[in-house]
Amino acid sequence: MSKGFDRSTPSGRKLQGGPEKKLDRKTAQSVILRLGGYMTKHWPLFIAAILLTLISNQLSLLGPKYSGDAIDAIAAAEGVNFAAVWPNVIKMAVCYGLSAILSYMLAVTMIHLSQKIVYTMRRQLFEKLTSLPVGYFDTHATGDIISRVSYDIDTVNASLSQDIVQVMTSIYTVLGSLIFMWQISKPLIAVFAVTVPASILFTRYRSKRVRPLFHKRSQKLGELNGYAEEMLSGAKTIRAYCRENEIGAAFDKRNTDTMDAYYNAEYYGATLGPSVNFINNLSISLVTIFGGILFMYSQSGIFKAGSLFFITLGGVAQFVQYSRKFAGPINEFANIINEFQSAFAAAQRVFNVIDELPESEDVKDSVVLTNTLGKVELKNISFGYTPSKQILHDISVCAQPGKTIAIVGPTGAGKTTIINLLMRFYDPSTGEIFVDGNENRQITRKSLRKAYTMMLQDTWLFHGTIYENIVYGKEDAKPEEVYAAAKAARISSYIERLPDGYNTILSDDGTNISKGQRQLITIARAMLSKSTMLILDEATSNVDSRTEIKIQQAMAKLMEGRTCFIIAHRLSTIQNADLILVLQQGKITESGNHDQLMKKGGFYSTLYNSQFK
Amino acid sequence: MKFIMKYLKPFYAVMAVGLSIKILGTVVELALPYILSYILKNVVEKQEINLIIIWGVIMIVCAFAACFCNITANRMAAKVARNFSERIRHDLFKRTMELSEAQTDSFTIPSLESRITTDTYNIHNFVSMMQRMGVRAPILLVGGIAITLFMDSYLALTMIAVLPLLFVTVMFISKKGVPLYTKVQRSVDSMIRVVREDAQGIRVIKALSKSEYEHRRYDKVNKALVKDEKKAGITMGLANPVMTFFMNAGIVAVVAMSASRVANHQSDPETVIAFMQYFTLISMAMMSVTRIFMMYTKSSASAKRIEQVVTAPMDLTVKSTDEFKPVKTDKHIIFDNVCFSYSGKHDDVTDISFEVDFGGTLGIIGATGSGKSTVIKLLMRFYDVGSGAIYIAGKDIRTYPSKQLHEMFGVALQSDFVYSASIEENIRFGRNLTHEQIVNAAKIAQADDFIRAFPEGYDHLLSQKGTNVSGGQRQRILIARAVAAMPEILVLDDSSSALDYKTDASLRAALAENMKKSTVITVAQRVSSVKSCDKIIVLDEGRIIGYGNHEQLLENCEEYREISQSQMGGDFVE
Repeated sequence: MSKGFDRSTPSGRKLQGGPEKKLDRKTAQSVILRLGGYMTKHWPLFIAAILLTLISNQLSLLGPKYSGDAIDAIAAAEGVNFAAVWPNVIKMAVCYGLSAILSYMLAVTMIHLSQKIVYTMRRQLFEKLTSLPVGYFDTHATGDIISRVSYDIDTVNASLSQDIVQVMTSIYTVLGSLIFMWQISKPLIAVFAVTVPASILFTRYRSKRVRPLFHKRSQKLGELNGYAEEMLSGAKTIRAYCRENEIGAAFDKRNTDTMDAYYNAEYYGATLGPSVNFINNLSISLVTIFGGILFMYSQSGIFKAGSLFFITLGGVAQFVQYSRKFAGPINEFANIINEFQSAFAAAQRVFNVIDELPESEDVKDSVVLTNTLGKVELKNISFGYTPSKQILHDISVCAQPGKTIAIVGPTGAGKTTIINLLMRFYDPSTGEIFVDGNENRQITRKSLRKAYTMMLQDTWLFHGTIYENIVYGKEDAKPEEVYAAAKAARISSYIERLPDGYNTILSDDGTNISKGQRQLITIARAMLSKSTMLILDEATSNVDSRTEIKIQQAMAKLMEGRTCFIIAHRLSTIQNADLILVLQQGKITESGNHDQLMKKGGFYSTLYNSQFK
Repeated sequence: MKFIMKYLKPFYAVMAVGLSIKILGTVVELALPYILSYILKNVVEKQEINLIIIWGVIMIVCAFAACFCNITANRMAAKVARNFSERIRHDLFKRTMELSEAQTDSFTIPSLESRITTDTYNIHNFVSMMQRMGVRAPILLVGGIAITLFMDSYLALTMIAVLPLLFVTVMFISKKGVPLYTKVQRSVDSMIRVVREDAQGIRVIKALSKSEYEHRRYDKVNKALVKDEKKAGITMGLANPVMTFFMNAGIVAVVAMSASRVANHQSDPETVIAFMQYFTLISMAMMSVTRIFMMYTKSSASAKRIEQVVTAPMDLTVKSTDEFKPVKTDKHIIFDNVCFSYSGKHDDVTDISFEVDFGGTLGIIGATGSGKSTVIKLLMRFYDVGSGAIYIAGKDIRTYPSKQLHEMFGVALQSDFVYSASIEENIRFGRNLTHEQIVNAAKIAQADDFIRAFPEGYDHLLSQKGTNVSGGQRQRILIARAVAAMPEILVLDDSSSALDYKTDASLRAALAENMKKSTVITVAQRVSSVKSCDKIIVLDEGRIIGYGNHEQLLENCEEYREISQSQMGGDFVE
């Protein structure tokens, strides 16, 4: 039953993330380098973190040394040497105290560092998103994008703030312990010559196996989130059709997939810790055996004091303690590698977006449109969203400044596509568009888009006050202008009736305001902007006709002296246009003004007459 | 925490087995230092290398056993965590779908979404980590302490003296941590909201060149999130150093005490050495406990957020027919003096009363914001009426089980929901419908032609929110969905606004011909869409200001006449 809600992913078109780069070793390395780049950008903090790590670890390494000395003093053959015990005890206490303070400082430093990095990554990701071509959002699930900004960056964050310190500590502790052990007994170190390479090899082998599993985990979660987001947006319709159970079943399938990906990653990840731990326990056992033998001969006098093989009881104790210290971080390290794997996989997904190609840059010496006259000319435009399917065929139109061009035609004929090209959301496959004689691609995107005011059928409002949503069209508008625009859009009396007036917060997809009212707010927004060219794409489709007539006056004023492109179904809006284009299957089949087209008796006149049926 | 426990309950048996294995492994591992101390104390004296080697091999065997047990237990733990999260996410999503409109509004969609992903992930992590480390650490802790007690209770007690301090620290930091993490999650919600809005409104943002504005808007939520995360992190970061310090203070005390004890022959240096061994183990265990507890703090904030949704009271429950009595009637739908308010303050619709016959048609027309869609929402019971009652076939709609109620309807709502799947699946919408029924529905909705024009026909894939078809095509797919199951009641809420007049006219003709048995309610702004209805309601500011058929309204209702004239260019004459 749930079949109907499965997002189909046949060949050709994939909704989720497009072809995601596989996380092979090479990309893993570049991910590490990039993350490293973020760190070095904040080098003062980074260096502070390293210094703090070094010092606090040195201190905590000194602890066992003093305790070993203290024990030697306690175990002295001539009885407990109190004079030697006390200074060591005090040294221990001081070391541990300082170490605690420093490690807290370290934690705080790392939080600052990692938050700086995470902040930067989120910002870069977001800024990239806003620079991507609109087509990206048609092919990428919003939920998956959200999953990257939240879950993936979170994973990177957790890894940066905790694991990096752990790794630094580990490395230092390992090296430090090694030096101390070297001082205590060189022969015993030989044990590690066997076990350390063993654990390194094992870890490497394992992580190779586990890495793709973590990548899959992130990806699956992204897909799950994509599905959840889509279905949550449609919850009302789903409820209306009582499809909760079916949607739930389809969700469950994804949920199971996701959890399987989790389980797989953890299943293989689970061997890592205990195995490395085993290798460490093995080394301690070996140390005990050989240390015991050395001590035995030392005690019986075969190894003389000062000789290479001589060892005291305190020495064995210290050595074992250091080898534990040595083993602990390596063990921890193995766990962290798991976390790193997931962090790398997550970082990779974030970088994939950051690396997406943005809208092509403005060409060199491109024109900045100012004081546009409003002459727009389309010359032999052909276009298709995919090369296989052409939407527009050889469209040529010339709009003189201040004229109104209406585009009519059956749905799907390509009317909105023309708008997409005018605004340069897409570039035509062949042909050119000129604004005041400048080719579209030779104009800076920003100034080109600023030259147009666009009112769309899809009303988009963001979470914020009504005032903020209206003033969005022109940030420096004075309050009076905003009120005037709202009044012209016939929404002011409604707004003023609200308890909070213009400060009413619009909630996301909220029910607190109807679709028509939302459209009126976007109209008010557009009325604030003073561009020379106007695009109305079904701008009043959700507004009732009486309100529309009332707005009409303001609209007429708005359109005065501007070049207007209108797409509308209400033919009353179109009648007065200077030029009417009939678009059918991507071709202009009729053009002329209302009277000419009515006389012609073609598609337009049939359409026009059908409203009276 | 209770909430997490409830979901863990079915796994108690598996967990018990896993934990036992884990305990076994840990105990075996704990034996290692004990053997070490035994070798140094008793075996070395005997001066026999063989004996040392035998004991050494025993250590290695123990190490191997520990490794095996730990891997097995970890895998079982991963399985439990997997099943646990699957269940919790299942319930969460299911409940989310069942939330009433009002509840969804108050949770907000971005927040619901982050509960399904990050919050669930947080508690997954906790459950998984708790099993992996939550056994080992306490056992190392308790076992270590027990063995040290056995070796030298006096010294051990010295060490144990620091435990209350640790306990107090944990309690204190945790208490501060939970609200901090709750705040972090709330900031995550806000951050997600901006991303979501911008992904949806990218065309407008680009058209208005508002990228920089959006960057600033995002920067604000990004900074707020960073601030909250820092605050939580810095507070929680205190745990580790403080706890390590207390543990180390314990070890210093032990060394200090042992000096005099050894001098008095109450203890011996070998014991002290083994003691130190255990101490290292114990303090490592302490570190694990700290980590678990940090995870716990984070996850309990998340668990609370999930719990809020899962345990949200069932809104819109089925009421008994004793409370809401049926009425005797031969009408299909009756609105009886219905009033309703979204905010609970001023009424959004007031005193709505009308009746529709079985198989009859009703048109609703009115200005933007006059309450047309609200009437539909009340009829579908997305919200309960404030006062008055709505009857379908004489039964109060509050007494219908939701499934039974909604199965009577076919709706094309204003908030047009199409999703990324084929056109056929979008029309089928998970119901048991044959391909013929779907094609037939598409024909009625005037969608068949354009669907067939796609190379893949009915298998043509729609993108998210259907951005790859035009507005009018989208609307016709939605209408096809609404009529596909031949519902008893068909509701078209402003669902043909993007259609040109010609298509709209053919649509109405097809509906009239094919949906004769259905009661049809049409909400529209065009008079032409409703003028053939048996009855038409004219709404203004939530009140009915005209009720009758087209001719009656033209005669009696000023507003209706104005609407009609405005659309017919003023020269409309019947």
